[in-house]
Amino acid sequence: MRRIDLFLGFFKLGAVAFGGTGPLTRAILVDERRWLDESEFAALLGLCQALPGANTCNLAVMLGEKFFGASGAVTALFGLLLAPLAIIVVIAAFFSAFSGNADVRAALFGATAAGAGLALGTAVKMVRKLPADRVLMALASATFVAAALLRLPLPEILIVLIPAGYLLYGARR
Amino acid sequence: MKDDLLGAIFLRFAGISLLAVGGAMAVLPEAHRQIVGEAHWLTDAQFAENFAIAQTAPGPNVIVFSLFGWTLAGFPGLVAATLGILAPASLLAFGAARLVRQAGEAPWLVRLKKALAPLAIGLMAANGYLLALAADSGAFALALTLGTTVFVAVSQRSPLWAMGAGALLAVFAGRAGWI
Repeated sequence: MRRIDLFLGFFKLGAVAFGGTGPLTRAILVDERRWLDESEFAALLGLCQALPGANTCNLAVMLGEKFFGASGAVTALFGLLLAPLAIIVVIAAFFSAFSGNADVRAALFGATAAGAGLALGTAVKMVRKLPADRVLMALASATFVAAALLRLPLPEILIVLIPAGYLLYGARR
Repeated sequence: MKDDLLGAIFLRFAGISLLAVGGAMAVLPEAHRQIVGEAHWLTDAQFAENFAIAQTAPGPNVIVFSLFGWTLAGFPGLVAATLGILAPASLLAFGAARLVRQAGEAPWLVRLKKALAPLAIGLMAANGYLLALAADSGAFALALTLGTTVFVAVSQRSPLWAMGAGALLAVFAGRAGWI
């Protein structure tokens, strides 16, 4: 394993992961490159989700650090973001260049409405994948009301609901 | 003036970065509150459009923040936004990587992760709700939003199919004069 392999692995993940990196991360890191086994991957991903920041970027930093220290962390993160950033700039430039075109405006309008559905559908999917219990539904609903309806600042939401969840899950075991 | 904006983008996004427990998607309602509500940097519609455009590119969802920067101040804005949203969290992850090699999987960490999952779900739903409000209030937009919701919730296929279908349907609807 060399730094260029680390770069190429994460470059591939960034370049081909359409619609979010979630499912592909495991496929590339565990099945294809064999940098981690299944349980190492689950442990690392869980930690990345608990830490603030983009999950996959955190994963790149932590895995890069594991193999090559600080230079590995930078290499993996750079590899992950290079292709998506280049592509997004091209797409955005395209949309602003053709913003006067009725078809392009309509397409963006349609994609925007569908984008809202993407977020809502992902929330539904996450609920379905987790064991359904009342604590989970109550906490998720409270979070939704606080963020979407009351529009409370996120620090206030986190400072109340993270300890609440921590206590509730502890009390039930 | 321009340097002021770049510095402001970097600092605001660095702050948002540290709040992004549960990932980039989970912090979007807070980003909306700050960028649209507090700073008035983008309109509701621009925010939702940027989100839609970011979804059509591959890679991690966090690049929507890079796009916010691009919309605000071009290439320098993109760099300031990307560094802001990544630097604090990456430094934390780097420190955590060193720590975790010694600590392993502690019980408190498992419990914390369970407590964080419902918050991530609630924030994701809040994000969808705010985007739906921003997109439009018409029946056509609502139908697209709900159709995509069902598709993503039920199907294993990439959400890009639904996004593409939504864009295509809107082009036809536009030509037919429905929207």
